[in-house]
Amino acid sequence: MPNIICFAKQVPDPETPASQFKVDEAANKIVPAPGVQPVPSQFDTIAVEGALRIKDNHPDSIITIVSLGPDPFRDTIKHCLAMGADEGIHINDPAVNDADHWATAEVLAAAVQKLGDYDLILAGRQSVDWDIGVVGSTVAEILGLPVVTIAKQIDYAGDKVTVERVLMDGFETVEAPTPCVVTVSNELGEPRYPQLRQIMQAAKKEVKAWTLADLGIEAPQNRVNLEALYIPDTSVETEVIEGETAQEKAAILAQRLSDAKLI
Amino acid sequence: MPNGVLIFGETTEDGKLAGITAELSGAAAALGGPVTCALLGAGIEGIAADAGQYGAAKVIVVDDPLLKDYQGDAYLPVAERIVSDVDPAVILLGQTMIGRDLAPRLAQRLGTAVAMDCVAVSMENDKLLAERPCYGGAARARYTINGTPQIATVRVKALEAPAASGSAEVVKQDAGLTADQIRTTITGRKKEEAEGIRLEDATVVVGGGRGIGGPEGFQQLEELAGILVGAVGTSRAVCDLGWYPVATQIGLTGKIVTPDLYIAIGISGASQHMAGISSVKNIASINKDADASIFKSSRWAVVNDWKEFVPLFLEEVKKVKAG
Repeated sequence: MPNIICFAKQVPDPETPASQFKVDEAANKIVPAPGVQPVPSQFDTIAVEGALRIKDNHPDSIITIVSLGPDPFRDTIKHCLAMGADEGIHINDPAVNDADHWATAEVLAAAVQKLGDYDLILAGRQSVDWDIGVVGSTVAEILGLPVVTIAKQIDYAGDKVTVERVLMDGFETVEAPTPCVVTVSNELGEPRYPQLRQIMQAAKKEVKAWTLADLGIEAPQNRVNLEALYIPDTSVETEVIEGETAQEKAAILAQRLSDAKLI
Repeated sequence: MPNGVLIFGETTEDGKLAGITAELSGAAAALGGPVTCALLGAGIEGIAADAGQYGAAKVIVVDDPLLKDYQGDAYLPVAERIVSDVDPAVILLGQTMIGRDLAPRLAQRLGTAVAMDCVAVSMENDKLLAERPCYGGAARARYTINGTPQIATVRVKALEAPAASGSAEVVKQDAGLTADQIRTTITGRKKEEAEGIRLEDATVVVGGGRGIGGPEGFQQLEELAGILVGAVGTSRAVCDLGWYPVATQIGLTGKIVTPDLYIAIGISGASQHMAGISSVKNIASINKDADASIFKSSRWAVVNDWKEFVPLFLEEVKKVKAG
């Protein structure tokens, strides 16, 4: 009966049009686009999907979602519960509202230790807001666990997992003893979407709220400083290729690319 | 007193020096050096001298059968020992399949932090300033790191590789590894992408989006990529619809590519996709919708139905290439 822990965080909707994307450069913070609801970070829901596929084969699996963040993060936990996860832990403490990825990993590792009984920890390969990709591996190092990163398939077999790890030109199959950490990539496939009945069931599932005091730790120190956050100037001078016919346009574009020594 | 820059060079599967090694050497020298290049692998001793041609003062080569395929548990103890010997102020790795796995774990073991996927690094008053795209390339963040050494991974092809010149002292070290230190086991390996050039290595990428209209259209994109000695990439919609293998997906939830030229065909330019090409300087776009947002990021914009345009463009490219 595997106990699986999945980490999940909430992010501004990455499908927000670039024109609505704004930064408060003085505060080094993203200004949320008006009317756009935050969503679960996609790699994290893909990790939950990976856990649910294990549960499909091992129906007695228990999947616990652990999330560190302010009040709205509860919605992300509820979403994962509606997908089919069993339990939710919401670590909600203003002392770590500005935790960097290293401090986040420390807190999540402490939560894992408090949960105690686990076989497998799954995390998204990176969040889709900061795109950093260190939390899963760092938690593994803190807990002294083996880790396999960037997985596209995870099969659980008691004392080990067999993971297909994505490479540049394919994948390799890696076996790791449990307990271990696996970070999950988009190649695993689309996360299942909760049905209405599941959403209603999830509403009844309990989400435990923990603070740092419940974990018995102080707020970990951040290890990086965000010195600046800005929108880079990516505008380029665009030449619209003009021509009477497609033939003419094709000839002009080929010539331009040749002149620029690109072909 | 920590001093200098340690880089972790890489080799290719066929036993050559990977391009990122020269890029990291150049970046490390620009930070002020002196540069030490660590090279880990199996059967790589012969190319250690090559790694010293790009600005490194010293190459530390660790050649051991246990380092043949990358496994964190094997590379980490060796990397940790080299860091302890060299005592660098800064460590640079590539944002590669190795660096992405190794850097965060190494940082945690050293009690410091890493800035991942940087596109620019510089030094100011002994502090590493690490610039990296975030929010799918929509924003840029600049970080400093409190711990020592300060670590960054650098995006492949984001920085210019210096020309080969000079040579470095080459020092051989034993790995000092035993097989039982490696908790994971690689039991198989499978190539998935179509024959030809890897998307990440291609100097030209031909990208196809939803506008292609179906899987059959990609034959023409493959033909174009073939003539340009490039690779075919796709948007998320194409993979979701099952038109083309998911391994070719470019974007926020796909691959980040840095070709010299990206030809976007039937791609509207959703931020999801743009995240994967945010470092590409030369984009040529073909779209029948004159308002397609990808035109804003394109050097060349062709407003035309791709089905009419691409076969003609193919012939023109052949002519130009024939000189």
